[in-house]
Amino acid sequence: MNVSLGSQGLGTHGPTKIHVDKLNFWYGDFNALTNISVDISSKATTAFIGPSGCGKSTFLRCINRMNDLIPGTRVEGKMTIDGADIYGAGVDPVDLRRRVGMIFQQPNPFPQSIYDNVAYGPRLQGVRKKADLDSIVEDSLKRANLWKEVKDILGKNGLALSGGQQQRLCIARVLAVQPEVLLMDEPCSAIDPTSVQKIEDLMAELKDTVTIVIVTHNMQQAARVSDYTAFFLQEVAGEPAVMVEFGRTNELFTSPTDKRTEDYITGRFG
Amino acid sequence: MIDKRLTNKLALGMLWGAALLTVAVLGALLLYVFINGIKVISPEFIFTWPQGVNAEGGIWPTIVSTIYVTALAMLISTPIAVLAAVYLAEYARQGKTVSSIRFAADSLASVPSIVMGLFGFALFVEAMGLNLSMASAALALSLLMLPIIMRATEEAIRAVPKYMRWGSYGLGATKWQTVSKIVLPAAAPRIVTGIVLAAGRAVGETAVVLYTMGQAVNMPITPLDSGRPMTVHLYLLAVEGINLPAAFGTALLLIALILGFNLSARWILKHYRKV
Repeated sequence: MNVSLGSQGLGTHGPTKIHVDKLNFWYGDFNALTNISVDISSKATTAFIGPSGCGKSTFLRCINRMNDLIPGTRVEGKMTIDGADIYGAGVDPVDLRRRVGMIFQQPNPFPQSIYDNVAYGPRLQGVRKKADLDSIVEDSLKRANLWKEVKDILGKNGLALSGGQQQRLCIARVLAVQPEVLLMDEPCSAIDPTSVQKIEDLMAELKDTVTIVIVTHNMQQAARVSDYTAFFLQEVAGEPAVMVEFGRTNELFTSPTDKRTEDYITGRFG
Repeated sequence: MIDKRLTNKLALGMLWGAALLTVAVLGALLLYVFINGIKVISPEFIFTWPQGVNAEGGIWPTIVSTIYVTALAMLISTPIAVLAAVYLAEYARQGKTVSSIRFAADSLASVPSIVMGLFGFALFVEAMGLNLSMASAALALSLLMLPIIMRATEEAIRAVPKYMRWGSYGLGATKWQTVSKIVLPAAAPRIVTGIVLAAGRAVGETAVVLYTMGQAVNMPITPLDSGRPMTVHLYLLAVEGINLPAAFGTALLLIALILGFNLSARWILKHYRKV
């Protein structure tokens, strides 16, 4: 049973930001995701959990159409953002990705200066004035809690930073284009524990202004950072993955309605 | 039964011997050219013209001809090769067409240079009426450089990690923005290395320029001027027994020039490589 708690307008979280109805996804002939339906609330953090290969990252990449870059992929069903069809005719994925930012598992700063990394997105949108760029860069780095560490070395190559700093730089880079949604694909799996703490703090601060969707392998992290959790599972290898359960994080972790969710969160598999 | 340790020692000895032989041959060659060539090397040898029937004096016009034609060939081949490589690596749908283009480039790279010279002579010198000139020679040389630069660029582009592109796409960049602002700058050191290596190859090329540049000792000014490159000068001095010491001097400068190209290629890669 797929319980769509988000659509019921629970708690203090905002209205539905992303509405998904019976979404199917194919890699060639392989039906990787089947009949996913979920409502993701604004002003909240939603976590996708599940074992490796269960399709949670694939689903995340459907939201900003990054899967379009992989030849031979196909989407069926409905997915809307603020009511507008993400896969509708005439939707330019380039415009969509400005609104729906993404953080990847591997910190991926460009081999440029810290400043240029953050200014990259605004420059794409035509911001040219030095003063405007300066203030966007400063503001974005502050929001990503990196300003204090880098304010004197803005000209230094982004790759010279530590892994955790690089990931926060990537967050600043995304924030600079002022996305409404922030997709995070296992953002903490390649960085050290201290930095993980900083990024989780940051997520808590950001969620008032940005809708966050995070994929994580780490159930403790999902429990710490998210308001809602979706559990994905591919029960048989080669079969499509399904969303087993979706609900408020504290409810899903304390009293899961599905036996498979319970088995997963109590560590019986995965 | 053969002693395992003895076999091991024997194998190691053979490998070591083969490696030593390679280095020794290179060392002997360089040393031989150096000893025979260094005697004539002087500022005068480098910066003055050959004099008289025995080509006494210097080789300045041949150095200029070689550098002129190499630079021109670089200017012609680099944009074409880089654009072709960007298309192949980023835009073309990977399939039969792309692999046949790649096969064609590889085949072009393995065409004997004497054949390339003949082709350049027929096409550029005769058919296009460019005569024996810097332009003809540069065009023919760029045929030689094209596949080298193209493959180097393609590999450089492919070496840029996928996740770096994703970062750009994820910020709402178009394909061209991603290619021009992220992929090419990140690949630039390897591309430049490929260009420099190709230029080194062009500097040492003899057959192609023999057919297309002419042999007259000229100081080339316009691309339509003929000239005599260092390699051809060296060949003529040696094969006709005109002035063997000057031939060795030319050879030494030629080797130094090519070595300079190769070392700077390594240096660029080492100091600027980002991915």
